[in-house]
Amino acid sequence: MTSATKPAAPMLKGRREHYDPKVVVSAFLLIAPTIIGLCVLNIYPFFDTIRRSLYKTQGLGPEVYVKLKNFADLFKDDMIGHATRNTLLYMVLTVPVGVMLSLIFASLLNSKIKGRDVYRAIYFLPMVVAPAAVAMVWRWIFNTENGILNIFLKLFGIQGPSWLSDPKTALLSCAIIGIWSSVGYDLVMILAGLQSISKSYYEAAQIDGASGIQTFWHITIPMVSPTLFFVVLMRAMSSLKQFDTIYLLIKTTNPAYKQGTVLMTLFYREAFEKFNKGYASAIVLFTFVIIAIFTAIQFAAEKKLVHYE
Amino acid sequence: MTTSVPAAKPKMDYKARGKLIVHLVLVIGCFVMIFPFLWMILTSFKSNGESLLIPPTILPKVWLTENYTEVTRTLPFGALYKNTLLLILLRIVCALVFSSMAGFAFAKLHFPFKKFFFFLVLTQMMLPNQIFIIPQYQMLAKMNQLNSIFALLFPGLVSAFGTFFLRQFYMSLPNVLSEAATLDGCNTFQIFFLIMLPLTKTAMMALAVFTAVFAYSDMMWPLIVNTNVNMMTLSAGISSMQGQFTTKYPILMAGSVLAMIPMLVLYLFFQRQFIEGIALTGTKG
Repeated sequence: MTSATKPAAPMLKGRREHYDPKVVVSAFLLIAPTIIGLCVLNIYPFFDTIRRSLYKTQGLGPEVYVKLKNFADLFKDDMIGHATRNTLLYMVLTVPVGVMLSLIFASLLNSKIKGRDVYRAIYFLPMVVAPAAVAMVWRWIFNTENGILNIFLKLFGIQGPSWLSDPKTALLSCAIIGIWSSVGYDLVMILAGLQSISKSYYEAAQIDGASGIQTFWHITIPMVSPTLFFVVLMRAMSSLKQFDTIYLLIKTTNPAYKQGTVLMTLFYREAFEKFNKGYASAIVLFTFVIIAIFTAIQFAAEKKLVHYE
Repeated sequence: MTTSVPAAKPKMDYKARGKLIVHLVLVIGCFVMIFPFLWMILTSFKSNGESLLIPPTILPKVWLTENYTEVTRTLPFGALYKNTLLLILLRIVCALVFSSMAGFAFAKLHFPFKKFFFFLVLTQMMLPNQIFIIPQYQMLAKMNQLNSIFALLFPGLVSAFGTFFLRQFYMSLPNVLSEAATLDGCNTFQIFFLIMLPLTKTAMMALAVFTAVFAYSDMMWPLIVNTNVNMMTLSAGISSMQGQFTTKYPILMAGSVLAMIPMLVLYLFFQRQFIEGIALTGTKG
């Protein structure tokens, strides 16, 4: 804009037609590691996964070109059906409740309250603990006979289920662990969003005599909706990719295996335990399509629901 | 608000009661968050027999350290700590160095095919990383690099997210700085390294925290590439002990405590940097 008054500027922001060769060389040197890395680690693997999905591989044997047979098998495979249903159910169980809880706790922390940083630090705690350790302690808490949860429920005369091995509760139990693990992270995001809302809106609402709940619905929610949208998007994506806790807690020997397994654990077992790399590639591409569909739905909803200043 | 004097006092009480309820809810929440860790630690010091008592004991009758000696005998914790530390450090260094370079170039320099190259960065961010895993594994196998530190680092050699995140930061830095430096005779690298880079300290700190947290908790990749127990990370290592001590919970809990401690100690010291870093990567990213 002001390049006319500053003759030295074009070195860094020259016109489209003529690049400064020295700058171009430096720029290519600077982006080279990242671009080469992306090509080797991501772009080539992406196409290689697509290629593999058209081949049948058995262990170390040769690859056989089978066209779309892997995908045809996918739609006939009972386990894929179960895993797809469970993956979607896991998302439905974790995302709304998790984000709602994070929003509630973030709003509570967004007032002038003593010890806010301490509360925030405690809620964030599960983020810095390896999911494997988290899975282990919850397996102990959820244990049927000796788990502290069922012992506690017995005090009220309730016979708790075999949380992780009962087909009815296995996925729910994993969802509880998922929510517990992610509330702190989402809360930190939402709290940052809440704190960026200008105080003047609240002052205006107070002058107009709005109640706390009115203020929350008509000011807080619309103003924080971009952050909420981002959190929901991220959470939905990561719930569709859920692997670690479910992999550790719903083993193939678990009586609730069918009702608890998800697409990513199935992918892992096919690829690295049964060595069906072709079929596993088809599974991961199928998962990718599901994620893409849900992301598109959310972006469509964004236009209606999210308020941008 | 204070139209009549007598009304003021009950309002204060109402407010105080509200605050009390808020604290109560928050404290219950904290209990739910802390209890599993507390229970993990307490169980890790009990004997197997004591852990199965009904009603359970809260504090161990005798604080046993046997479970810790048992778990360190079966799992090489020294190696697990070392591998995890190296993985985290190397991933942080790669993410900071390469992403700073590319982030600066994308934000401040003018060069051909910039949009296309940036499109590559965005594509990687949109795709779930599991989609790359099988080919990445095959490449490492071909290079004979399975069961190595390099294998752990491999997918984290470059960071698309880091590039995108730091680019946002470089964009927000005023061009006046580099223009003045150009007049003083600085070349592009000097502008980057001496003038711009030092201004992104907060962002680099945030990216470091983000990289560390996710490298530490990643389980699928280390589990796939490093099957030799001496080359495992903490995450993968303790997930493998589940098969060995299926229901010996005190030992499993001792292993979990040992795996959780290093990051937890770091977190206690740098709690602010952790949370603010994560908040920054979320809101700017």
